[in-house]
Amino acid sequence: MSILINRNTRVVTQGITGKTGMFHTQTSRAYANGRNCYVAGVNPNKAGENFEGIPIFGTVKEAREKAGVNTSVIYVPPRFAAEAIWEAVQAELELVICITEGIPVRDMVVLRDRMRKEKRRTLLVGPNCPGVITPDEIKIGIMPGHIHCKGRVGVVSRSGTLTYEAVGQLTELGIGQSTAVGIGGDPVNGLKHIDLMKLFNDDPDTDAVVMIGEIGGSDEEAAARWVKANMKKPVVGFIAGVTAPPGKRMGHAGAIISGGKGTAQEKLAVMAACGIKVTKNPSEMGRLLKSALR
Amino acid sequence: MKIHEYQGKELFRKYGVPTPNGLPCFTADEALEAARKLGGQVWVVKAQIHAGGRGRGGGVKVAKSLDEVRDKAKQMLGMQLVTHQTGAGGQKVRRLLVEEGADIAKELYIGMLVDRVTQRVALMASSEGGMDIEQVAARTPQKIHKIFIDPQAGLSQAEAQGVARKIGIPEASAKQAGDLLKALYRCFWETDASLAEINPLILTRGGRVVALDSKLNFDDNALFRHPEIVAMRDLDEEDPLEIEASKHDLNYISLDGAIGCMVNGAGLAMATMDTIKLFGGSPANFLDVGGGATAEKVAAAFKIMLSNRKVKAILVNIFGGIMKCDTIAAGVVAAARKVKLSVPLVVRMKGTNEDLGKKILKDSGLRIISAGSLGDAAKKAVATLRKKPKPKPGPKPRKKPAKKAVKKKLLNNKARAKKVVRRKKE
Repeated sequence: MSILINRNTRVVTQGITGKTGMFHTQTSRAYANGRNCYVAGVNPNKAGENFEGIPIFGTVKEAREKAGVNTSVIYVPPRFAAEAIWEAVQAELELVICITEGIPVRDMVVLRDRMRKEKRRTLLVGPNCPGVITPDEIKIGIMPGHIHCKGRVGVVSRSGTLTYEAVGQLTELGIGQSTAVGIGGDPVNGLKHIDLMKLFNDDPDTDAVVMIGEIGGSDEEAAARWVKANMKKPVVGFIAGVTAPPGKRMGHAGAIISGGKGTAQEKLAVMAACGIKVTKNPSEMGRLLKSALR
Repeated sequence: MKIHEYQGKELFRKYGVPTPNGLPCFTADEALEAARKLGGQVWVVKAQIHAGGRGRGGGVKVAKSLDEVRDKAKQMLGMQLVTHQTGAGGQKVRRLLVEEGADIAKELYIGMLVDRVTQRVALMASSEGGMDIEQVAARTPQKIHKIFIDPQAGLSQAEAQGVARKIGIPEASAKQAGDLLKALYRCFWETDASLAEINPLILTRGGRVVALDSKLNFDDNALFRHPEIVAMRDLDEEDPLEIEASKHDLNYISLDGAIGCMVNGAGLAMATMDTIKLFGGSPANFLDVGGGATAEKVAAAFKIMLSNRKVKAILVNIFGGIMKCDTIAAGVVAAARKVKLSVPLVVRMKGTNEDLGKKILKDSGLRIISAGSLGDAAKKAVATLRKKPKPKPGPKPRKKPAKKAVKKKLLNNKARAKKVVRRKKE
């Protein structure tokens, strides 16, 4: 088993006809069971056409009704992306993974408010994230599939390449992953570290979790407190940005130390106090996890 | 994106947030003219730079005559204003705001930003205005009042007046204060601001509530809907290297150390900086080359890093996913040749076509130090700084070393690189 996605997930790609959407649909479809998983695309102007045999529908709702999709992945440009997420939510999909980077924060505030007020059950991963992968079953997003291997360790991170770094270390040590999730670096997003901890805790096929965070906000602290109170599995962690100066935005819209809050040191201290094994050396994430497994 | 105080106040007035009358000026004569136009007997001359703490640094002065306005303006224009936010070098003052003097009875604080936990705009208010609000928050958190605004309903008059009362605004002024807060929220929301601050918000002796200061930052992702705000951008206030980087779609931030780093992905870039520090070095910059690092982009990145004189070594850390290591390697080699790289270069590549990439680096004949892991790369980069032969005593300007010396250095480094490779083989 795994969390969020598996070989039976059926995916619609929103933005399948754009350059990015096309490329990543191709590579995702070529991974593991991808051929059976990628069953629909959406573009209102190209309904009825297909992309390399994948039928294109006018709306997400239609894709759900006709192709039986339960999950969407979004590559549409930033200014239309929040609306695209909302369309997938209205179509009552189970999961929406938004890869798009650069969505205005205000659009996300409006979207998240709507989702809450209407008590929508659709889960959102991202935006501005690499996606989700369950090795040997399905890959939804832009991560390189071949560095992963199937196993029993969950990985959750705000950053893309740093997730790959952790996964690469695990694979090199012969430790496989149950599911790896990139939740994205934006200040207003969907699932947070704490939500993933809950899912991994409940997953019988996950034995331990690598939690990677970065400066800004307090999501890692919240997750750490939850781990202390509830988690039955070992968790190891790393926080990027010990050297980041306050007030400077480090690439990700959310990666900024403001008002003396959200520093890496503070996060590491809280995590350690909550029983999470932490390291200040990102080269050691894999080995730390290995030591925690025993 | 940041704007100046006077630009923020122009926006405030447009939305109905009262401010003192004032005019922006670029010369001392303009300042004099502005004071004349404004009338009255007391004026305030305020340096316009994108940093807080201007008052303590000597960037805000009261003038009680027109001559004094001109003198203060003259002193301020062109000075390097140092505040706790500018760094030791300070920021050159090029613009001023001349304002009518205010009649202050009480100084308060108002701030707005997007709260990540509630995913709403947070309105923060305090009776302790005019001070460093971070210190107020740390020492007396009970003096900061917060409410989270429903994005659908907006800020209601009742909520706004409630906040006004909590920070000690008298009943007679509560309605006007409520109107001000509502106008500020509308300004924040409609302009896609990421931060709005009024510190201080003042209560005048006549009972009026007025924004004596303004600080507005905007969400870069939303600038496409606000050409009028983009027009307010002042490039003089930004790091020229950061501007150059943004032209090449690179995400660059100058830091103080000696090791330049080029990494793909913001998180990995931060992790690389952290690892350098962990092994005793210090990063010269944050640089995220993003997803598609072409040879041109890598060359631009090298140029930008090297135009920082403090850079004594470069560390390239790429996790090749979609981007293949051989493509990156070719880009790095081409860039190193193009910029005639004269500092040690440590490259760590991982992921797709890793071996092919390493071969390209090795076969290039350039003195590139190859590293296996992130830790290894950081260690090697730090070591290049330490291994340098100690310069002979006596002052030795090192700006333009003689050609011979460079060649010798090149050879030394090449030998060293080979040694590293050999050791690895063993």
